[in-house]
Amino acid sequence: MIQTLFGSTEEKKTGLFERMKQAVTRTRENLAERIEEVVSFGKEIDRNTLDDLEATLISADLGSTTTQEVLGKLRDKADRKQIKDVQELKRLLKEELLAILNAANTTPVQRVSGTPEVILVVGVNGTGKTTTIGKLSQVFRAQGKSVLLCAADTFRAAAIDQLEIWGKRTGTEVIKTKPGGDPSAVLFDALQAATARKTDYVIVDTAGRLHTKTSLMSELDKMRRTAQRIIPGAPHETLLVMDATTGQNGLQQARQFTQSAGVTGIVLSKLDGTAKGGVVVAISRELGLPVRFVGVGEKVGDLLPFDPKEFVDSLFE
Amino acid sequence: MFENLQEKLQRAFKSLRGQARLSEENIAEALREIRLALLEADVNFKVVKELIDRIQAKAVGQEVLTALSPGEQVIKIVRDELVETLGKDTARMKFASQPPTVVLMAGLQGSGKTTTSGKLAHWFKAGGHRPLLVSVDVYRPAAREQLKVVAQAVKAQIYEGEVGEANTATVERLVKEARREAIVSGCDVLIVDTAGRLHIDDELMNEMQSLKKLLNPSEILFVADAMTGQDAVRSADEFHKKLSLTGVVLTKMDGDARGGAALSIRQVTGQPIKFIGVGEKYDALEPFHPDRIVSRILGMGDILSLIERAESQIDKKKAEEMATKALTGAGFSLEDFRDQLRQVKKMGSMKSLIGMLPSIGPFSGLQKAADNVDEKQINRVEAIINSMTMHERNHHEVINGSRRKRISRGSGTTVQEVNNLLRQYAQMKKMFKQMGKPSFARRMAGMKLPGM
Ligand SMILES: Nc1nc2c(ncn2[C@@H]2O[C@H](COP(=O)(O)OP(=O)(O)OP(=O)(O)O)[C@@H](O)[C@H]2O)c(=O)[nH]1
Ligand SMILES: Nc1nc2c(ncn2[C@@H]2O[C@H](COP(=O)(O)OP(=O)(O)O)[C@@H](O)[C@H]2O)c(=O)[nH]1
Ligand SMILES: [Mg+2]
Ligand SMILES: [Mg+2]
Repeated sequence: MIQTLFGSTEEKKTGLFERMKQAVTRTRENLAERIEEVVSFGKEIDRNTLDDLEATLISADLGSTTTQEVLGKLRDKADRKQIKDVQELKRLLKEELLAILNAANTTPVQRVSGTPEVILVVGVNGTGKTTTIGKLSQVFRAQGKSVLLCAADTFRAAAIDQLEIWGKRTGTEVIKTKPGGDPSAVLFDALQAATARKTDYVIVDTAGRLHTKTSLMSELDKMRRTAQRIIPGAPHETLLVMDATTGQNGLQQARQFTQSAGVTGIVLSKLDGTAKGGVVVAISRELGLPVRFVGVGEKVGDLLPFDPKEFVDSLFE
Repeated sequence: MFENLQEKLQRAFKSLRGQARLSEENIAEALREIRLALLEADVNFKVVKELIDRIQAKAVGQEVLTALSPGEQVIKIVRDELVETLGKDTARMKFASQPPTVVLMAGLQGSGKTTTSGKLAHWFKAGGHRPLLVSVDVYRPAAREQLKVVAQAVKAQIYEGEVGEANTATVERLVKEARREAIVSGCDVLIVDTAGRLHIDDELMNEMQSLKKLLNPSEILFVADAMTGQDAVRSADEFHKKLSLTGVVLTKMDGDARGGAALSIRQVTGQPIKFIGVGEKYDALEPFHPDRIVSRILGMGDILSLIERAESQIDKKKAEEMATKALTGAGFSLEDFRDQLRQVKKMGSMKSLIGMLPSIGPFSGLQKAADNVDEKQINRVEAIINSMTMHERNHHEVINGSRRKRISRGSGTTVQEVNNLLRQYAQMKKMFKQMGKPSFARRMAGMKLPGM
């Protein structure tokens, strides 16, 4: 469903993948260059080469545990196959990373036909939730689907106004309440409206919250229960928006949000910067959470589907 | 939770007992552990390399002290080095000789600039100043509206102006108008909230430079998210190169990020971290304490800020009592334990709190326990203690098998749960006793002692 969102026409797909590749290549250039540098110097794969590779993966925010695991496997394979060739080593490293990303494939709940699909968008403060919702809404609208946005961030200053502007930009109605209102109540209203109107998608904006704040996390749980009461299986998809600059704390975020809010997928935002976003590899490895989209800018069209192969390939181009 | 650095070092140093000096060979394993701890805390790997080199240079050749275990000795060297890197001075804000003093906020998208602008306005007001806020974020939807709400919340004056077209010319016009407004209305500080931007966005970075020229700010603050990973050096470096930052604000420190970005940013900019953001409210701005964040980065907990937070949110007198009792190891009874649980509940997250304790020995058990504890469980524990007699609460050793049965029945729990609680309590009591012992006190305080 949501995964195939962009796959409407072959032509469009190429265009998007091209763009994603560009965006990713740009940000990965460094990594690729460094790996090139590292592996082409050593005539054979010695300890130093692997140490440098380690530094490279670490600087992409994969974290030491994941890096060590990946390199451990690489080491074994390289030893077993007596690999000394740089290209071959790269290919193997790619394979390892790809295997991790590919193994992550939680599937969203299927909606009961005729009822709206509810997408809950969560994450820590300032990661790009509201912006992602604007972009997602545009994607659905372009497919001719009907969308309702639910402004359940009633906490942050002017968060509702922000979502409303995205609503205007994408021609989407926003269901809201007054600032400081009850998020579950506005969700209730939005879902009732959507059910009555047979809207295709409801996308729910939530206030950014740190995963360590128990009471705010249980608020998400309450929202989920509210959703479930009105629409069977809702929320069908819960997207955790993660900033690509996030370091190892991203793992903790993913763990906690999954536990409290039942995350089914990740949106990796701000990949148009220089950050690598490698923590998603660690997250996929530990929690099996797939990355669904990447954010590559602040404009309405700057959301791209995540393709593990493209992602890993572009690391080494 | 990962094994505590101190435990790892202790292990790494088993072989060292009996040796006279720290040498490159005998500290190699310890340095590897430190390196991993720093990386895990998101300190940039190049910065880690430099730090490790400096630590090695300092450690090698030192005599193995008898007063400290070798592990503690190395931790002390590490800690001193990190504290020094972060800068010892408590940072202050610079003021212009000719008002208004201009504070320019800079940083990536979503790092916390607008919120921090509000917090600073609040802070300046508390210091007797009259701040004027202005937002030149003409790009992000409702960004200027956001600052307006913030200004109302902190009861600070704001210059709104008209936007017209969203471009640099508008931005430049807005700051000029705001500055004039500050002078006219007698505001001595002008806080300029800017749009978030990528350090590689030339157009917007040029805009920042032009703002700097126009405003001649006394402070250009780089607002960075404590959760930032390895990329922190890139962005901080670029911002610093283009703007010559004067300071850093590290936001979202109320979470459980280890905050290694602090070291990275300080290292590449050389500028002091002036404040940390510890919440979404406008008074959640605190001065930066290098020694505390170093404990956090190293995963050694932070008794001080735990106590401080307890103080700010709980009955202060009670917190002091608790701290004294706990730290002297004087009768920390089940009654106190229950009090503490109630306070923990009041404070919200048990996990984040216990996460602030060092995870040495008994603590590590506690942390593991905390991972499984939820509020409902706290309620059950409370119920168990409620079912005890006052005598039992003050003399836990009298609670034998039949009393346990009675307590479990009275509280609607199982004997197993009662046993668990008593075990946990005993652990806690033991740990507090240890904290009270001179060796522990020295371990905590010793880090600040000169020489050794
Ligand atoms: N460069 C870049 N900026 C982005 C991207 N996505 C979001 N942003 C920006 O990041 C900032 C925060 O985005 P928001 O959408 O407000 O984030 P949020 O998670 O809703 O924030 P809160 O509701 O305040 O927690 C804004 O300045 C956005 O314009 C992206 O993919 N690339
Ligand atoms: N928990 C927490 N949230 C913060 C802190 N500082 C800012 N925020 C939140 O982070 C998000 C982005 O902040 P904002 O000020 O809009 O960032 P800007 O885009 O840089 O102006 C908002 O949701 C803020 O409420 C902090 O110290 N702690
Ligand atoms: Mg938002
Ligand atoms: Mg802002």
